[in-house]
Amino acid sequence: MTEALEVVLRIVLVLGVFLVVPLLVGQTEHKAMAHMQSRLGPMYAGGFHGWAQLVADGVKFAQKEDIVPAAADRTVFKLAPAVALIPYLVVLVAIPVAPDWVGHDLDAGLFFVLAVMGVGVLGSLMAGWASANKFSLLGGLRSAAQLMAYELPFILAAASVAMAAGTLSLPGIVEAWEPWWLLWQLPGAVVFFAAGLAELQRPPFDMPVADSEIIFGAYTEYTGLRFALFLLAEYAGIVVLSALTAVLFLGGWRGPFVDAVPAIGVVWTLVKTMALAFVVIWLRVAYPRLREDQLQRLAWQGLVPLALGQLALTGVVAVVVA
Amino acid sequence: MKIPGAGLAKGLAVTMRTMTRRSVTGQYPDVKPELPPRSRGVIALLEENCTVCMLCARECPDWCIYIDSHKETIPAPPGGRERQRNVLDRFDIDFSLCMYCGICIEVCPFDALFWSPEFEYAELDIRDLTHGKERLGEWMATVPPPPAHDDSGVRPKELESAAAALAKAAAGAGSERPSRHRRDKAAAEPGAPAAAAPEPAEEPAVDALAVEAVEDVETPPTGRRALGGVVWAPEEDER
Repeated sequence: MTEALEVVLRIVLVLGVFLVVPLLVGQTEHKAMAHMQSRLGPMYAGGFHGWAQLVADGVKFAQKEDIVPAAADRTVFKLAPAVALIPYLVVLVAIPVAPDWVGHDLDAGLFFVLAVMGVGVLGSLMAGWASANKFSLLGGLRSAAQLMAYELPFILAAASVAMAAGTLSLPGIVEAWEPWWLLWQLPGAVVFFAAGLAELQRPPFDMPVADSEIIFGAYTEYTGLRFALFLLAEYAGIVVLSALTAVLFLGGWRGPFVDAVPAIGVVWTLVKTMALAFVVIWLRVAYPRLREDQLQRLAWQGLVPLALGQLALTGVVAVVVA
Repeated sequence: MKIPGAGLAKGLAVTMRTMTRRSVTGQYPDVKPELPPRSRGVIALLEENCTVCMLCARECPDWCIYIDSHKETIPAPPGGRERQRNVLDRFDIDFSLCMYCGICIEVCPFDALFWSPEFEYAELDIRDLTHGKERLGEWMATVPPPPAHDDSGVRPKELESAAAALAKAAAGAGSERPSRHRRDKAAAEPGAPAAAAPEPAEEPAVDALAVEAVEDVETPPTGRRALGGVVWAPEEDER
C-alpha cells in the first residue's frame, strides 16, 4: 500500500515539475529575449511584469477551435502532439535531482533517456506527414534529416561521459563526477548541448520550422490545444536537455553543502538547469538560423569528429588515471 | 590572427550587454510620450485671431478646411462711421483628409492656427474626424510656447529694425520721455531676450473685440499670457 502511494507521489511530483518548469523557462524566454532586444516583453498579464502571460496564452489556446484539415490523416494528426510531448515527461522520471532523489533509478538510465528523447522528434514527423500540406511535409522531412544528423554526435558525447564514469546509471554518473571533468569533458559538453539544441529544433537550428520559408513546418496546420502541446513540448525539451546536460557534464546535484543537507541538491540541480536553459534562450537571440546545408555540414564535419575525438580522449585519460 | 569563434562570442556579448541596459520601449498608455514642442499632432484654432481671409482654405493642398462666415455691422461710434467685420460661423478641419503639411499654419497672416502636440483624437467613424471650431479651440490650451530664439543665431529683422528706430528716436528726442529710455536700452542690448522688446509696444494693438472673443472660448483663458498679440496657453494639460 505504502509502495503504491510512493509511486503515485513520485508521479505527481514529476508531473508537477513537468508542468511548471517549462512555463518558467517560457516566461524567462519572454522577458530575457525582450530585454536582449531592448524591449520590455509582457507587462500586463497578472499585474506584475506580465508573470501570468503564459497562463493567459494557455487559456487562449484552450478556447480556440480544434481544426483538422479535410485531407489529413486524422488519427495520426491527432496523435502527433502527444507523441511529441510525452517522451520528455518520461525522460524526467529518470533524471536525478538530489542524492537518492530520482523518479526511478534505472541501471541503464542514460541509454533509456537517449532512446526516449529520440522518440519526441517522431511527433514532428507524424505531424508533417499527416497534415497533407506541402510545407508541413517539408518541415517534417527536415526534422527527420536533422534527427539523423545530430543523434550521432549526441549519443557519442553522452557515451564519453558514461565511459568516464564507468556506468550508464544517471545517479551513478553524478556520484562519479569530479570538478576536473569540466575541462576533460568540455568538448563533449559543447557537442552534447549543440546536438541537443538541434534535436529540439531550437534556433539557430530551427530549419524545420523556419517561418520565413515554410510557415511553421510540421506544425503549420495545428490550432488550439494541439498547437499548445507542441509548444509545451519544445519548452519541456529545453528543460530536459538542460537537466540532462547538467547531470552529465556539470555534476547534477553536486555542490557545496550537499553533504550536510542532501535536499540542497535539488537547488543545485535547478540552478544548473535554469542557467543552461538561459543559455538556450541566449543562443536563440544571438545567432541567426543556419541554412540546411550548413546545418548538415556542422553535424557531419564539425560535431561528429569532435565527439569521436572526445571519445578517444576520454578513453586515453581513463586508462591513464586508472 | 583571427581566433575561431570570436564572432560567436561577440554576438553573445552584444545581446548580454543589451540585456543589462534599460530598454527603450515607451510604455505609452501608462506613460505619456515627451513630444518636442514642434510636434505636428493636431491643428488648433485661435478663433479671435481669425479674420476669415480664407487663405488657409485656399492654400490647403487637399482642401480639408471648410469656412463659413457672415458680415456684421458694428454701430458707428460718436463722430465715426459704421464698420463691418467678418464673423466666423464655421471653421472645420477634416483630419481624415489633412496630411499635416502645416501650410495653413504657415500661411495664416494673423496667427490664428497653431500646431499642438496633442495626438489622441482617434475616432471609430471616419466622419467624426471633421472637427469644428469649438474642438479646434479647445486644443489651443495644449499649444506649447514657441522655443526661444537661438542666442548665436541671426536676430530677427523685426528686432533689428525696432532697435534701430528706437536708437534713432532716443538720439533725436533727448530726455523728453524718460519711460521710453529704459525700453531703448533693453532693445538695443544684443543679449536681450528675443521677444521682450516689442512686447509692451504691441500690447495696445490687441483688438478690443479679440479680448471679448477670448471669453467666448469654452476653455477659460486663465493663466494665459499675451505675447505679441497672441495669447499663449499655459503648458499644463487641462484634461
